[in-house]
Amino acid sequence: MSQILPTSVWFWLLFFSAAALGGILRFWLTNLVSRKLGMALPWGTLLVNCSGAMALGFLAARVAGAEQAQLVWLVLGIGFLGAYTTVSSFSLQTLSLWQAGRRQRALLNVILTLLLGMASVTLGFYWGQE
Amino acid sequence: MTIRPVTYVLVGLGSGLGASLRLLLSAQLYQPEYVWPWATLLVNVFGSFLMVFYASMVGSQGHWKVSEPQKQFVLAGLCGGFTTFSVFSLELGVLWIRQQWFLAGGYLLASVCCWLLAIWLGYLLATKLTKRMQIL
Repeated sequence: MSQILPTSVWFWLLFFSAAALGGILRFWLTNLVSRKLGMALPWGTLLVNCSGAMALGFLAARVAGAEQAQLVWLVLGIGFLGAYTTVSSFSLQTLSLWQAGRRQRALLNVILTLLLGMASVTLGFYWGQE
Repeated sequence: MTIRPVTYVLVGLGSGLGASLRLLLSAQLYQPEYVWPWATLLVNVFGSFLMVFYASMVGSQGHWKVSEPQKQFVLAGLCGGFTTFSVFSLELGVLWIRQQWFLAGGYLLASVCCWLLAIWLGYLLATKLTKRMQIL
């Protein structure tokens, strides 16, 4: 069973551009934050993932039943916010901390990401319902 | 270290490409009666594996020599755009709100375990491959 996706060139151009912007914003922000706050923990990735989760929760609550819901959801939610947040950087940074002998920090990174991420998406969702 | 504009462009291209692949895959694995988010689990596991593998291969002890923009095209671009944390957390939140506790707990546990396993496998493969290439 597969989902029917829009097939127009415009949709894919829009989706690609939104995801490209999301990725560039993530790259820029994580570099900026790691310069300002240091590398003790991957603060940049944490910030990106929590803000993205909150925005997606908000969007999910807002687009439910709205006009053009599928298009907005796919482009802004799955494309932009999906690409803005990342699991792969989180994984690599967790491994780096572990290899550097900072095992408690590696563990802390996993726990913080999951806890704050879940809190963010829930907060965003209830905020969007107001 | 300043980041060159070409790096930003390549990160954007990689990210667009990665996210498009993710959308195509999730459409293929779409379930009308939403039960278990296979697609997100799969992209995050494979993306983590590729990220760690490639980063180890092009790192200081790795065997492949690539330029910084090329490296970031794959890492921040392709892998970053392919994987997603926000969709994962939303899916988990939906299972939680629907009070499907077993599914929610299972999805959380399976995701974290599979991510960690993928990281370990990616690192292991890269280390083995680098050693073999040095012998040859």
